[in-house]
Amino acid sequence: MSAKLMQGNEAIAEGALKAGVRFFGGYPITPSTEIAEGMAKMLPKVGGTFIQMEDEIASMGVVLGASLAGKKVLTASSGPGISLKQELIGYASAAEIPVVIVNVQRVGPSTGQPTAPSQGDVMQARWGTHGDHSIIVLSPWSVREAFDIAVKSVNYAERFRSPVILLTDEIVGHLRENVELPDEVEIYPRRIPKKSRAEGYQPYAPDDDLVPNVANFGEGYHIHVTGLIHDETGFPVGSPKVTRESIKRMHEKIARAEDEIIEVHQEFMDDAEFAVISFGGTSRTAYEAVLNARKRGIKVGFVRLITIFPFATKIIHEVAKNLRGMIVAELNFGQIVNEVERAVKGQCPVKLCAKYDMTIFEPEEIEKSIDELVAEVSK
Amino acid sequence: MIERSYEKYFRQNRLPHLWCPGCGNGIVMKAIVQAIEKNHAFTQDNTVIVSGIGCSSRASGYMDFDTLHTAHGRAIPFATGVKLANPALNVVVITGDGDCTAIGGNHFIHGCRRNVDLTVILFNNNIYGMTGGQASPMTPLGKKATTAPYGSVDRPFDACKLAEAAGATYVARSTAFHVQHLVKTIEDGLNNRGFSFIEALVQCPTAYGRRNKMGDPAKMMAWMRDNAVMKTAWDKLPDDKKTGDKFPIGLFYQAQAEPYDAAYSHVQEIAGGAAQ
Repeated sequence: MSAKLMQGNEAIAEGALKAGVRFFGGYPITPSTEIAEGMAKMLPKVGGTFIQMEDEIASMGVVLGASLAGKKVLTASSGPGISLKQELIGYASAAEIPVVIVNVQRVGPSTGQPTAPSQGDVMQARWGTHGDHSIIVLSPWSVREAFDIAVKSVNYAERFRSPVILLTDEIVGHLRENVELPDEVEIYPRRIPKKSRAEGYQPYAPDDDLVPNVANFGEGYHIHVTGLIHDETGFPVGSPKVTRESIKRMHEKIARAEDEIIEVHQEFMDDAEFAVISFGGTSRTAYEAVLNARKRGIKVGFVRLITIFPFATKIIHEVAKNLRGMIVAELNFGQIVNEVERAVKGQCPVKLCAKYDMTIFEPEEIEKSIDELVAEVSK
Repeated sequence: MIERSYEKYFRQNRLPHLWCPGCGNGIVMKAIVQAIEKNHAFTQDNTVIVSGIGCSSRASGYMDFDTLHTAHGRAIPFATGVKLANPALNVVVITGDGDCTAIGGNHFIHGCRRNVDLTVILFNNNIYGMTGGQASPMTPLGKKATTAPYGSVDRPFDACKLAEAAGATYVARSTAFHVQHLVKTIEDGLNNRGFSFIEALVQCPTAYGRRNKMGDPAKMMAWMRDNAVMKTAWDKLPDDKKTGDKFPIGLFYQAQAEPYDAAYSHVQEIAGGAAQ
């Protein structure tokens, strides 16, 4: 353990490195660039490789190639850069290639407000790429947690052989805090084949957890990797049965581990009549708003989504049972609120506290929303 | 008895291939494995075949190596990742004229610029075959395509000149007709440590030749025979003879330059991580 002042983006680079990332491909874009800069400096020190590619698409392609050749990989970007990466995020889903993509959110659409914070890419993180797919999206609220979530993201990418989106925002990305980082972290190793070719190894045959043990290139397995729908052999098959089973398995491999993946941070919920739901950098303000409201005697609790997707549907549904109302505070026009409403199923009112003006929430703004909700349900 | 030792390089259970009768892609695919067979540094276990999307890019599925059929235009970034993550691997890229010079154009020039140790073989059929015959950036002026029904007015790329200007260290062209030359050209490309680019002209009788009244596949290959001029002879031709359909084949450019993986190993040395 050593205490160090660092920003969220630096902590993500440190965490990824600690989790075993040895390859980074990227392209400069504010406010994510410090992650690439950190990797450019640190990776060659540990025998790893950093490459600045010609564009965001190539940055995704190069990390996917490196992942298939056996390296744990990371890439990072923001807003429009993430949109460009979406094509190959779909490829990573289909070909089941471990990869972590960091999105340090800024105001959009388009070039938007390039250095100002936003949380407008929630739905892009879930549905940005084409086709039916499953994905894991995690969001930190502090520099220390950015490190932990970077480690967790790398481990999930490897365990589920899936793209994992580390969805942070300019608030946490550029936040500087004094943190103590662990010297050792738990690491999920690259999955390896359990059979030889002679024993009938099939690269895309699912293991007991529905995840295939795809061999790395260069190990003599002569595997074929494609973005076309394929069967257990890895080769494309144009059949409805294989298509259905393939898409279903790729959803189920993550869905069946949901209880483990989904993490929600709750405080002051024992006596809560109301709750503020938030995630990422906004949670810092929401926490203070909740503390202030409680000082004024309002029984309001704090709910923070650490795992954004798969969405904490069951937990939010249960939480809503005991509440008179919920606030969803997010730095966008209203995105995660729809997921919350879907989970709450009308058990209590859900009120959106949205902000999309390139500035972060003030605690008073969320408190005002709490007061309004209290007044509305007390009529 | 015909020598067919190259057959071991194919996944017999994946054949026959999906290409049309008379297509030139199979000739180039065979030439690639014949060139690999002659290079003892390239084995089926240490060679990765990477391809994009299109007719030619389906070749990877038939070849018995570790094979990577990527997204449209993206073969070179994927291949770059494979090579840099494990420089002990030999990496061959199979691409087409649309895949490499249209949607993948940026990746192509930057792969050349970095001198990544890849051997890139562009199957040039002058058309988008898989989607039914649309004009590509290498469709010659005046030739017809479904998206150029009155003849193409888009000036085509000379992919070899592009590769040379962008920094490739081996640049050559051959055709599906000049098979021995094609094998030798790919063989030399495999031997070059750096970005090697080989344009292999192939006939597409279905989507290109038919629409442009070029006759059957044999006639299209006879056209290659009659119009290809070896580089050494081409250089001696006066400009007024370099007319009509005539085009040069052979080695256009070769240079010694440090490949990207070797250059990056110096970064690792400076940073202190070379031993790891």
